[in-house]
Amino acid sequence: MTVYPRREILDPQGKAIRDALTRVGFPGVDDVRAGKSFEISLGTGDPQAAESQLREMCEKLLANTVVEDYSVELLGSSVESLGTDGIRP
Amino acid sequence: MKCGVVVFPGSNCDHDVYHVWKHVLHQEAAFLWHQDDSLQGCELIVLPGGFAYGDYLRAGALAALSPVMGAVKRHAEAGGLVLGICNGFQVLLETGLLPGAMRRNENLRFQCLDVHLKTERTDLPFTGRLAQGQVLRLPIAHAEGNYEDSPERLDALEAGGQVVFRYCEPDGRVTPESNPNGAARNIAGIANAAGNVLGLMPHPERASEAVLGNTDGLALFESLVEAGARHLESVGARQ
Repeated sequence: MTVYPRREILDPQGKAIRDALTRVGFPGVDDVRAGKSFEISLGTGDPQAAESQLREMCEKLLANTVVEDYSVELLGSSVESLGTDGIRP
Repeated sequence: MKCGVVVFPGSNCDHDVYHVWKHVLHQEAAFLWHQDDSLQGCELIVLPGGFAYGDYLRAGALAALSPVMGAVKRHAEAGGLVLGICNGFQVLLETGLLPGAMRRNENLRFQCLDVHLKTERTDLPFTGRLAQGQVLRLPIAHAEGNYEDSPERLDALEAGGQVVFRYCEPDGRVTPESNPNGAARNIAGIANAAGNVLGLMPHPERASEAVLGNTDGLALFESLVEAGARHLESVGARQ
């Protein structure tokens, strides 16, 4: 899941990162949104059930929907796609 | 009036509030542990400043789900008094007892300084000892005090008279320069529609004794003592 500041709201962190990107030679960056990502392993093999559960998690806790949006992506059997250190190679 | 000060792991202004209530104002006070769901008969609940649960995920997000907050929510919904200071204000927002949300300060800095506040409501149990438009000088110390909500909801907040304190100049003018964190419409403190729940970013408990060089915050706690006494009188009159 990715949680990021809503488009219509000024993201002070994203703005500072955009300014820094300009300084290191990327003047073409219009906008940066700085958010958080969560990798969550679920026991279920049912993608629909998994997605609705993940959305509920975002609504109830992981995102504050007053100022944040979220998106959910299903990665399949993510444990196998992770490296031994838990980070995707 | 008995005041319960909630203690979360990471609270750091709990003892300051307890001290003001018990030793400066000589009222009954108790600490309430975040894992308990009893409010020990307290009539006023204070959610103090600090970094509850380390501010993990978002400031106030995990504290809002702690057992004590279930009891605080019921207390507030029954008309009981709740005051959230700084991190306590963030917890009230995450609990949904107050509308809106906090973002990182606009300049991305932890802001630790004295600010001036304009009093916009004097008819609340928290502000009875203040005058309309009175300017208070109080310290702030936070990284996430940049209050935000949708324009429609901000309009509703204003229309309902729920903005209680706004950042201002020493002479009371509300200007962009006097806003220390980018908060929408210079909002520093708000109440719920019923007026029994107040959240504010500045720290009145750090400015309630002459020895600390500032007593501007004491009026808030004195207002609550007075409101408690009035409540007891009205109960006595009914009996």
